[in-house]
Amino acid sequence: MKFLRRFLIRLSNFATRRSADQRLQEEIAEHLAFQTEENLRAGMSPAEARRQAALKLGAVQAIREHHHAEQSLPLIENLLSDLKYAVRILLRSPGFSFIAIATMALGVGATTAIYSVIAATLLHPLPYPNPTELVRIQDDLSGVGAQGVGMSVPELRDLDSSGIFQSVAFAGRGANVNLTGSAQPLRLSFKQVTPNYFAVLGVDAQLGRTFDLHDSTPGYNLEVVISDGLWKREFGGDPHILGKALRLDNDEYHVVGVMPRGFRDQGSTSDEQNVELWLGAGFAGIPFPPPLRSSRLRSRVVIARLKPGLSIAAAQGRLDALAESLKKQYPAEYPAQTKWTVRLIPLSETVVGSVRQSLILLFGAVGLVLLISCVNVANLLLARASGRSREIAVRQALGAQKIRLIRQLLTESLLLFLLGGIAGFGLLFCTQHFLLRLVPESLPHLNNISINWSVLAFALAVSVAAGTVFGLAPAWLMSRFDLIGTLRQEGRGSSGSLGRSRTRQILVIGELALSLVLMVAAGLLLRSFWDLFAVQPGFNPDRVMAIQTWLPGPNDPTMDPYQTATQESVLLREILRRSRTLPGVEEAAIGDETSLPLGHSNPGRLPLIREGIETMDNEAPVIDSPIVSPEYFHLLGMPLERGRLFSDHDLEDTPQVAVINQAAARTYWPNQDPLGKRVRLQLDTRGLLSSAPPAWTTIIGVIADARTESLADAAIPLIYRSVYQRISKVVTIFLRGQLDPSTLPAQVREQIQSIDPGLPVFHAETLDDVLSTSLSVRRFSMEMVAFFAGTALLLAGLGIYGTISYVVNEQRREIAIRLAMGAQRGNILKMVLRRGLGLAAAGAGLGVVGALIVSHLMAGLLYGVSPTDLTTFAGVTLVLTTVALAASYIPALRAMRVDPITTLHSE
Amino acid sequence: MKEKPDVLQGTLALMVLKTLDVLGPQHGWGIARRIEQISGDLLAVNQGTLYPLLLRLENEGSIASEWGASENNRRARFYRLTVAGRKQLQAETREWEQTAAIIARFFNVKAEDLP
Repeated sequence: MKFLRRFLIRLSNFATRRSADQRLQEEIAEHLAFQTEENLRAGMSPAEARRQAALKLGAVQAIREHHHAEQSLPLIENLLSDLKYAVRILLRSPGFSFIAIATMALGVGATTAIYSVIAATLLHPLPYPNPTELVRIQDDLSGVGAQGVGMSVPELRDLDSSGIFQSVAFAGRGANVNLTGSAQPLRLSFKQVTPNYFAVLGVDAQLGRTFDLHDSTPGYNLEVVISDGLWKREFGGDPHILGKALRLDNDEYHVVGVMPRGFRDQGSTSDEQNVELWLGAGFAGIPFPPPLRSSRLRSRVVIARLKPGLSIAAAQGRLDALAESLKKQYPAEYPAQTKWTVRLIPLSETVVGSVRQSLILLFGAVGLVLLISCVNVANLLLARASGRSREIAVRQALGAQKIRLIRQLLTESLLLFLLGGIAGFGLLFCTQHFLLRLVPESLPHLNNISINWSVLAFALAVSVAAGTVFGLAPAWLMSRFDLIGTLRQEGRGSSGSLGRSRTRQILVIGELALSLVLMVAAGLLLRSFWDLFAVQPGFNPDRVMAIQTWLPGPNDPTMDPYQTATQESVLLREILRRSRTLPGVEEAAIGDETSLPLGHSNPGRLPLIREGIETMDNEAPVIDSPIVSPEYFHLLGMPLERGRLFSDHDLEDTPQVAVINQAAARTYWPNQDPLGKRVRLQLDTRGLLSSAPPAWTTIIGVIADARTESLADAAIPLIYRSVYQRISKVVTIFLRGQLDPSTLPAQVREQIQSIDPGLPVFHAETLDDVLSTSLSVRRFSMEMVAFFAGTALLLAGLGIYGTISYVVNEQRREIAIRLAMGAQRGNILKMVLRRGLGLAAAGAGLGVVGALIVSHLMAGLLYGVSPTDLTTFAGVTLVLTTVALAASYIPALRAMRVDPITTLHSE
Repeated sequence: MKEKPDVLQGTLALMVLKTLDVLGPQHGWGIARRIEQISGDLLAVNQGTLYPLLLRLENEGSIASEWGASENNRRARFYRLTVAGRKQLQAETREWEQTAAIIARFFNVKAEDLP
């Protein structure tokens, strides 16, 4: 309290520049007068009395200084005068200041840009209260290599009552639903969720309510919660939306709540995070299968909120025990060979897990750029130090304390770094809209990226930290002059400048090494990307467009106009017939969602039960199973290897047939002929609710492997079935020919809606776009790292140029003497170049070691290129050495042209 | 010659407060002389150091000052104790006495007194 009062008074004195010096002087005069009188009374002579009084008082100047220090804040006063001086110094050499500030602006700006992306994704992945309590529960059958097989309703109940979680909810992965009744049938992304879903997330509705926790409707409860975006867009923010009926897939739902603005759902894809409708369901009655332990809800996600204070590891331990006891209790449901296990995954991991490595790589890369910029500026500061050695020596000779000198020099460099940081942030702020367009759309939380106060705070903190670290070293070196030496042999170099030139060389070597690391990383990423881009995908995406529609799936199957494959095939054949008449279309085919190469996020995984091998769903391996029309393989150019493809005569009432790829043949029928083998795939639950086991499906053909699931994976087993034998709710229409992407979607929409006006048409894309989108995160990180590497190379080039110029300048006299003694100018050139080459070699050597470490750390991001790829390393080293030599060449030329007479005369 | 002990900053502040408490409002020289008299010349106050201290105490709110006339009609700056200063003096006196008592007990203890 007292301290605060004192501080505030001093602060206000400082701010108003009020001085108490006048008052002190008067008081001292009085004091002396009193003391002199007393001395006179004691019998001294007047002169002696005044002298003794002054002696007793002490040094007046020191008292005045102390008094002033007490009156004001000397620390801030010094800082201000240092700042004033620093500004003058910066203005005196505008070229130097501009280069240093621009370098720092680049470093800090780039670092801050990447930080803003990381802050929005990695640091705040879940916009919910207490996000660390949220987990996803995934169960695997590791015995048969199946991951995420889904849980059944009884298992969910076991988890809910286990005492490990506050609550456990089922959620869909995000699917499509048709909203009819508005101007244009809309395809909206929805999730079915158990009523406690929002309670698990801890978010409530802004209007109305979420689902009733005690709702125990087994099927859909016909309530819907909508997003703020949908509410504003489709219903104009109608305040009376509650209770309104929405027709979704021919079923009527009532709106019970609107989620708050900015609420984003959890999930790993932007499709999932942009869900706009939530339907409450119990997952235990029609249209869901009966709640048996064996009917796992595949495509559903289990999310849960842990009991407060329970760590994931502890919860996992209790969960393992629970799984063991369940296996003992129901041995028939959990065959031992399948090794059923249940895992907890932090929910944040499922949101950003896929991009974490790329983002960390980017942050590392940009950190190196920042480091290089700092080193460069430190180098510039040191270079300038040689020009200021006399000034500093004079200050020291006049009695400046070393600590005071360091403080002043540090103020200068801090000012420089801070100005650079502010410039970098300003640049970022002005260009943010342009920069955001470079970020791939598949990045989670793209919309949350913003340049805000916390980003500014980060930029300032980075600048101050960098300024302190990289300003302190030059300041210390500069203040450590040999005073006498500097003053005496001004201009000829001194022992202090020897230390500085060594420091500068070390800095340049470090800079070169760091750039080499970045360039190797960029080179490896570039080669990976190039290999992926140039990989033969095994299908032909040229001139192909894919357009999707969604057939409604009402809750009551008898209301479904496309209930059986036969019913659906009428529609599909008509769509195909009409599509072929559209201008430019040469070929048309149909498939489901998973048949879209590289464009689907939810593989349709089904258990594969081979005749005579597996007997139960629970013990079967899982396989992706696209549903396609007979023309699909020809349209995408996927050649048949053996057997036959589907024909128009494979129908619902003829024997079920399937085509597999070579990977499936190798994996599931090694060294056997798969043709004629029979399998069963667990059926979609919707539409076929009879408990009769599905009929056997016979394998009729084998096609060549194609990278339709992932460009990086050469062979993933696939089993294709015919769309005329299996229903599919998502219909992807593939068209090949001379297509006009701008008009075709409207034409297709017109044709489809003239058959059934209730069908929405969406997601029109060319396959080339799909392909390039699938590489977008890779391309983004590759481009960014390449950009950073280029910047690093430029900065390192400038660094070596500056250092060699400096060395040449220092040795001008020596060079002049050599020339006067008859040295060849070519030899001088060689001597300087050798110096540059030496620095480059040392930098490259260090850099290669660093690059080897880094390239192994980023092995997971590489494709088709080894982390120790010799070509990349050699190429990058060559480029770096060339740049270093080129940068040394200019000062070397200058050294060669030194005129011995003028040089020696001038010193 | 043996150096007289330096007066600790905190002790000097306490002496100033006590002086003002006993004598009432005083000017700087008066305070300095009083401290010198009481300490029996043992503490040779470098008298000038008093003024930065007085300013500090004033900034802290323990004392206040104003111009006035001295006994021989000179213009002088008079310092007086504020309410907060009096409270501070009381608290610090108590603390000081406690410390002194503890130290005194330590000095009085002889080896045979210990159990």
